Amino acid sequence: MKLDFQKRQKTLTILLEGNFLHFDAPAQKNELYALAQNSAVREIAIDARSLGEWDSSLVVVLMTLMQTAKARKIAFKTASLPADLKQLLELALAVNRHPVHDSNQTEDFLEHIGDWGLGFMASLHRGLVFLGNSFHSVGRFFTGQAVMRSVDLWQALEECGPKALSIVGLISFMVGLILAFVGAIQLKTFGAQVFVASLVTIGMIRIMGAIMVGIIMAGRTGASYAATIGTMQVNEEIDALKTMGIPVSDFLVLPRVVALVITMPLLVLLADFAGMLGGAFVGTALLGIPAEEYWKYAWSAFGLTNFLVGLFHGLVFGFVISLCGCYFGVYCGRNADSVGVATTNAVVWAIVWMIVLTGVITFFCEVVGV
Amino acid sequence: MKQTGKSAISVKNLTMGYGSFILQKEMNFEVNPHDIFIVMGGSGCGKSSLLRVLTGLVPPLAGGVWIQGTKFSGASLQKQKEIMKNCGILYQSGALFSSMTLAENVALPLKQYTDYSEQTVQEIVSLKLALVGLAGFEEFYPSEISGGMKKRAGLARALALDPDIVYFDEPSAGLDPISSKLLDDLMKNINQSLGTTLVVVTHELSSLLDIGTNSIYLDADTKTIIGRGKPADLLKNPPNQTVYEFLTRGKQKNDR
Repeated sequence: MKLDFQKRQKTLTILLEGNFLHFDAPAQKNELYALAQNSAVREIAIDARSLGEWDSSLVVVLMTLMQTAKARKIAFKTASLPADLKQLLELALAVNRHPVHDSNQTEDFLEHIGDWGLGFMASLHRGLVFLGNSFHSVGRFFTGQAVMRSVDLWQALEECGPKALSIVGLISFMVGLILAFVGAIQLKTFGAQVFVASLVTIGMIRIMGAIMVGIIMAGRTGASYAATIGTMQVNEEIDALKTMGIPVSDFLVLPRVVALVITMPLLVLLADFAGMLGGAFVGTALLGIPAEEYWKYAWSAFGLTNFLVGLFHGLVFGFVISLCGCYFGVYCGRNADSVGVATTNAVVWAIVWMIVLTGVITFFCEVVGV
Repeated sequence: MKQTGKSAISVKNLTMGYGSFILQKEMNFEVNPHDIFIVMGGSGCGKSSLLRVLTGLVPPLAGGVWIQGTKFSGASLQKQKEIMKNCGILYQSGALFSSMTLAENVALPLKQYTDYSEQTVQEIVSLKLALVGLAGFEEFYPSEISGGMKKRAGLARALALDPDIVYFDEPSAGLDPISSKLLDDLMKNINQSLGTTLVVVTHELSSLLDIGTNSIYLDADTKTIIGRGKPADLLKNPPNQTVYEFLTRGKQKNDR
């Protein structure tokens, strides 16, 4: 391939010889474009009599030159160009729009703050309406008026109950094990390693069991709720529900909330005992505490109040995780990216709210003395 | 850019389906270079599945597909990838990547398969978007444009590598009549100016009668091809009642 150009008087002549396939010579092209911009050039002529095969890489050069000629209102002679190439250039230059892109509009600082404030108020309102609707649906569930398929509830129960047992059991066992190890390092220095049993038992049943189950279920089930409902939003299934007059909070949110609220305390129960087993493994096998002694200390530390506070945490976390998952799913955008954002938000906000509510419950327990 | 040689696509004794469920059996047809080849038929006859076989997404149960004289079905993944570089696909929804701008969508195959400089890539992106009437929309995201524009942007991406063959899956689906006509005109223009072979899966009558230069009709009941030829000719001389009813929106033959 050979691209030659020369300026004679007012005419820039461009000679195209041979095949122009995968033509990529930025320096030569830029030199040609600069010459075409030269005010002395009043005419651009293409000599394509010896042009062989060509592809888009040549068309872009001709298109740029044609646009320059059009902008500068100078002649562009294409008589020797093949008919199909000419037709292609005409097609490319047929529509010359300059659409306005919203994101190019600049916003001053005060506008930005105002937008943020309005957005915050709107999302607060949306969140409260969602919360109100969801609790209203739970109320209707108890009076038997909710529009919910029982099969959805059973499926949700299976998903966040039996199918979560193994991961919850394993992680809680490992947490108990880690607690025992960490505790033993300090307690050993006082010769009080037997109190590892008390440490692990109180830690797991009062808060660690519930927190660990909460984090696992936020990542596992909360994310799944957001992704499933978000995809339904993308596929317009939620619009279909609304137009059929079926409340989204009944049909989609309720079975998931009920399922998680039922299973979370049970999973916390499992986590408590798996954690205690992990502690017992370290205490008996690695710290040399006799099993009988270990369990004697463990059971003496096992207070009913601590146990019930742990289960209560599980119940609250069940609400938090399911509501966050469903909320971000229902208010998901309508493209693939939005589903990813909804899933991330569901997990992050569930964990944030769990920690905040743990603080509130702990403060309340402190005040009432439990 | 122009194709040479015999058939763009040859399908020989192709049987396709899923597991033991057969959609079409022993299909034989040829797509000539520069054709606008229509694949038509009623719902569930296997039109979209044929497209999936032609593009290597699903292997055939028997028989084979040859693209520009090279065996495609059954070839190694590397070989199929090589052949598919010469083929573009426009999916029903456009299938644009929502996290990328239109320019980035069109540039993706260029960056993946060529070693063009960044300047040439951007120039080709602008050319392809201009060809489909989307000049100036380079920095828009798919969520910011209409359904018809998404299809045209999808077409720009399909044309990025100057393919010899472009497959279309239901291009008119979901478009208003004017957008649908514009897309038909665009397909004809591209076929004429670039010499690209177009394989179009559609059951949009006005579109297929307007643009089709050759076609096959797949029948769901007999699981075979029961009509072939230029759609306008099939309408004039229908080979059987089914094809006639299809091309006349359910008219009975003796109503003529």
